[in-house]
Amino acid sequence: MRSIIYLLIGIFFGIVLFKSEAASWFRIYEMFQFASFHMYGIIGSAVGLGIIVIQLIKRYKMKSFNGEHITIIPKDRSFSRYMIGGILFGLGWALAGACPGPMFVLLGSGYTSIIIVILAAILGTFLYGFVKDKLPH
Amino acid sequence: MNWIYDPWPWYISGPLISLVMFLLLMVGKRFGMSSNLRTMCTICGAGKTSDFFRFDWKAQRWNLIVVLGAIIGGFIATNFLSTDISVDLNPTVIADLQSKGFESAGNAYMPEMLFSNDVFTNPKNLFLLIIGGLLVGFGARYAGGCTSGHAISGLSDLQLPSLIAVIGFFIGGLVMIHFIFPLIF
Repeated sequence: MRSIIYLLIGIFFGIVLFKSEAASWFRIYEMFQFASFHMYGIIGSAVGLGIIVIQLIKRYKMKSFNGEHITIIPKDRSFSRYMIGGILFGLGWALAGACPGPMFVLLGSGYTSIIIVILAAILGTFLYGFVKDKLPH
Repeated sequence: MNWIYDPWPWYISGPLISLVMFLLLMVGKRFGMSSNLRTMCTICGAGKTSDFFRFDWKAQRWNLIVVLGAIIGGFIATNFLSTDISVDLNPTVIADLQSKGFESAGNAYMPEMLFSNDVFTNPKNLFLLIIGGLLVGFGARYAGGCTSGHAISGLSDLQLPSLIAVIGFFIGGLVMIHFIFPLIF
């Protein structure tokens, strides 16, 4: 039963990412050229509403559908890991034109070569695990 | 019903993404896609090489189901909810991309140069996809999240680390498009 809920949320997410064109390589390129408001509108409105939602959850100590308290664990404090990791991610995001959500959506859309990006991203994650202790965090 | 088949405007899409984040919180989970890449490493046996992959991946099974859903969602949106999937880009961007060899700009959802099956026999473009994927995977784990985990969930929770990561995403993206693209395309 729970699996079906996760699956439905995933399907909905996939449809939204495709229909919003946030999964389009071209839209990412256009965003980094500052040539359209579209992607900024998507991220901006998602975050704007998201801030309100999270503030309400915290203020009213909302519980999940199962009755558990919703707690959001703050991220560890650091500068270097977020900045360096972020820059590396951004370089890849602009080149492949897909981040980890859209790459799976595009697989469903039938863009076969996205499988190369997915496998490389898994390999990149593996390499990070391999050299993690040698990197500044 | 035509609005379903047209591309969805940002003011519909953005709030629907917040809804996905909210629904995941309400089922006791957190919105973040890139952690699935780590789970996939663990399933493939990466725990043998690094502690980073030694965790109970079954606890992350729910997120893999979300990914499976996203794949199905992509299939449904493409085949049943769209009539014309070409992206209506800014004309200057179309001209700029066409001058770089991206002839499908303005007439497709993805550039043919990188995402048609021709790429499998084109070593340069294949190499670019591999480098892009490697950077996304490595960078997302180093930064502890990607667009969903940092830009949407983290910024919504007013997390300073996520703001730093998102600034990093943009620095990287701008460097790629404005300084590296002219060298490779």
